[in-house]
Amino acid sequence: MSEKRDYIYIGILIATVSLLPFFLTNDYYLHVLILIGLHTIIVLGLNLLMGYAGQISLGHAAFYGLGAYTSGILTAIYDFHPVFAALIALLFVGLIAFVVGIPSLKLRGHYLAIATLGFGIIISIIFNEMKLAPKGTDLPMGGPEGITDIPKLYFLKYSFGLDNILPVKLGQVTGLSNVVPNLYAFNIVFDTDLKYYFIVWIFALLLLIISNNIIKSRVGRALRALHTSETAASTLGIDIQKYKLSVFVLSAFYASIAGSLYAHFIASAGPSSFGFHKSIMLVVMVVVGGMASIWGSIFGAAFITLLPEFIDALNNSVVKIQPELFYIFEDFDIIVYGLILMVILIFMPEGLTKGIVDRLKGKFSK
Amino acid sequence: MFSLFLYFFMSFFDQLLQFFVSGVTQGSIYAIVGLGFTIIYNSTEIINFAQGEFVMLGAMFMVTFNAALGLPIPISFVISVIAVLIIGILIDLLIIRPVRKPTHISLIIITIGASIFIKGVAMLAWKKDYHAATPFSGEKPISIGTAAITPQALWVIGITCVVLVLLHLFFEYTDTGKGMRASAINPKAASLLGIRVKRMVLISFALSGALGAVAGIIIAPITFAIYNMGVMLGLKGFCGAVIGGLGSVPGAIIGGFALGVLEAMGAGLISSAYKDAIAFVVLLLVLFMRPTGILGKGEMKRV
Amino acid sequence: MILKVSDLSINFGGVKALQKVSFDVKEGGVKAVIGPNGAGKTTLFNLITGIFPPTNGEIFFDEVRIDGKKSHRIASMGITRTFQNLEIFDNMTVLENVMVGRHLKSGSGFMECAFRSLSARQEEKKIVESSLKYLDFVGLKPRANDMSTALPLGHQRYLEIARALAMEPRLILLDEPAAGLDERETEDLLMLIGKIRESGITVLLVEHDMGLTMEISDEIVVLDHGELIAEGTPREIQYDKKVIEAYLGEDELFT
Repeated sequence: MSEKRDYIYIGILIATVSLLPFFLTNDYYLHVLILIGLHTIIVLGLNLLMGYAGQISLGHAAFYGLGAYTSGILTAIYDFHPVFAALIALLFVGLIAFVVGIPSLKLRGHYLAIATLGFGIIISIIFNEMKLAPKGTDLPMGGPEGITDIPKLYFLKYSFGLDNILPVKLGQVTGLSNVVPNLYAFNIVFDTDLKYYFIVWIFALLLLIISNNIIKSRVGRALRALHTSETAASTLGIDIQKYKLSVFVLSAFYASIAGSLYAHFIASAGPSSFGFHKSIMLVVMVVVGGMASIWGSIFGAAFITLLPEFIDALNNSVVKIQPELFYIFEDFDIIVYGLILMVILIFMPEGLTKGIVDRLKGKFSK
Repeated sequence: MFSLFLYFFMSFFDQLLQFFVSGVTQGSIYAIVGLGFTIIYNSTEIINFAQGEFVMLGAMFMVTFNAALGLPIPISFVISVIAVLIIGILIDLLIIRPVRKPTHISLIIITIGASIFIKGVAMLAWKKDYHAATPFSGEKPISIGTAAITPQALWVIGITCVVLVLLHLFFEYTDTGKGMRASAINPKAASLLGIRVKRMVLISFALSGALGAVAGIIIAPITFAIYNMGVMLGLKGFCGAVIGGLGSVPGAIIGGFALGVLEAMGAGLISSAYKDAIAFVVLLLVLFMRPTGILGKGEMKRV
Repeated sequence: MILKVSDLSINFGGVKALQKVSFDVKEGGVKAVIGPNGAGKTTLFNLITGIFPPTNGEIFFDEVRIDGKKSHRIASMGITRTFQNLEIFDNMTVLENVMVGRHLKSGSGFMECAFRSLSARQEEKKIVESSLKYLDFVGLKPRANDMSTALPLGHQRYLEIARALAMEPRLILLDEPAAGLDERETEDLLMLIGKIRESGITVLLVEHDMGLTMEISDEIVVLDHGELIAEGTPREIQYDKKVIEAYLGEDELFT
């Protein structure tokens, strides 16, 4: 049965994830892998919404950002315990998703896309404008620099601090000031990238297993049914509105968890990471990975997250040969995103994973 | 006492008038952009997210031909419009037509991909700087009552009106225009009547490209041209079209102007920081309360 | 009376699809709704199953008013249907299609499913078992694990029926189940409907195939241009003048 196959895949995944960091030569790669893990979490949720239930969200980065901002504000400004803050973020984001979802999910097709788009943009504008002051200081946080000095993640007493080795890019972009407070977890503070890598990927794997469970269950069938034919599904007793809303809120939960993890990792939460561009990137990840493929979520997240790195590498090798050509490839990733989106959706709408797998199968069966 | 009150009222009124004027100017752009969306939507049911990039390209080409290459304004205008028109056609031929599984999601995402791609190419070509575009007839503001308006703003409003009239004539009196309206209402019937729907789609992309370009060209001297100017203009023009009723040509116009004025009033009277949010808040309100918009075609599900 | 339709009318922007249609359906039998194309038969079904509300009139199921209620509510009361244009779930296997039919007979929610609780797993086993039984009932058990799209048209119709039956309805509405079936398949369908009747489920049937209709129905209702023009046993309907007139110009032949 496919159940055994699932267990095998999960086992391989766990092994790969556990062993990978020890093969890396540079802390920076670890950092990238953490980002991939965060994106995987969001994409898993978004995939449930888009791939299985067939609804569109062009504003999902808003939920990601709301999770990050809530965790950031509660811990950096109001000294909440990080786990507590993350739980509050979860409830808060869920509530917003619920409220926004009720009227939005009554809309069909492109109207729903537009509504989620509008919602996402409104939230990102609020992020950009909102300012809050930490207790006892006159310095408001917020605005374009976002919330900074977010404490490290922890569950119990010890701190997980962030490494002192931070990529220069990141420091400049987020306006990160100094050392991030630590994240405690079970008497560990998440103060190294390695510890953070594991906590993020533990969440990613757990959520992957949960998503898989949902798909293969009664609930998953109801979602897939309403994707294909709302009419038929409702005549079989499936409450369409309830399920659409539930999966929308669920996907927002996923994004919120990723957001909270992000905030403690980067130690800041700024509006530039949670806008329209990010929402589109997330959709691209879902599409590239394959819209109804749980495993594809990892692939899609990895592929798109690594893309700027590939291009950077390309950049660097070009620079070595001909320094003037550097300008051509800088910011090339935007063009490549656009190309990828178009090419995949035109020729392989089922997504890269399934598309490539099917084509390979085709070759081998000949 | 009363004269003091009157004084405040008059100056308030002045302010309102000023906002109104700038709102109408901006609204013209939204109206034209919204029309671009509507025309493509009517012939294909696709929402062309690359519409904003047509605006950007129009502005950029104008800057290049006029400011950089020194060609006179009218000639640069025409060449720029034609250039973007061709790009619109290319999008239909190379991107939309080959799609194998035309679902709503995939088509929306494809046009988003196209817009991202175009933006990227523009960034490479014109870098990330603001480019100054020459105003058509000078910069000295003209007074209308107590409000001041720049000549360029007058050009914007004026050319918009001309465009609207031309479009009206096109749709009402030319065979192609009437054919497009027919295809929009009922593609099957239209094709039975010998109207080639694919050709109508092509024309609608060309037309929307041209319209977007015009919008970009006339607004560029006011806002300057930059590689990412298309994103917000496109989205807001789209909001205008949805508010007025997606699929309705007069709706796009009314919605665009209404949005421009609302934005200007809101920014001036309430808060300029959240100005950009106004368009989307109104959009959401319309979608939640009356998705078909002010003048929209009612969605009747025939079973 | 398991179903009672009373003065039912609906307008679609000027088109009067149904006008003051009234009839009853006795429990446990097969009642057919026939009529020339465009008579409003599928519209009637759509009204009964709550796909849209009527303009006027009422529908009663077991004395309870159901017109205007939402589809899933009506379904939970015991009414289900099949579709003229098949609406099988093409992204699932044959078995999974029927398992969706067991939705109302199961109750695991998001939490139980997400964490694969004991109750969820036990329920899933039961769902599979019972779904296989329904597949067996329509003769599709051997193809349980095939994709639903792999089935030929006739078998897809049986699949839709199996899925609807899995809901354990008291009333099933079959919308042109014989459309596109060849002679052999129509025979099989005839027997299937008989089996359904034997199991105690009331059947309301829309059909164009007169042979099938005359054989299997206990009572027939005839619609024309949205109005009910005749009601009675197959015998009575065959010789009803109004009915014959309505069908003049159509290719329908009475056997």
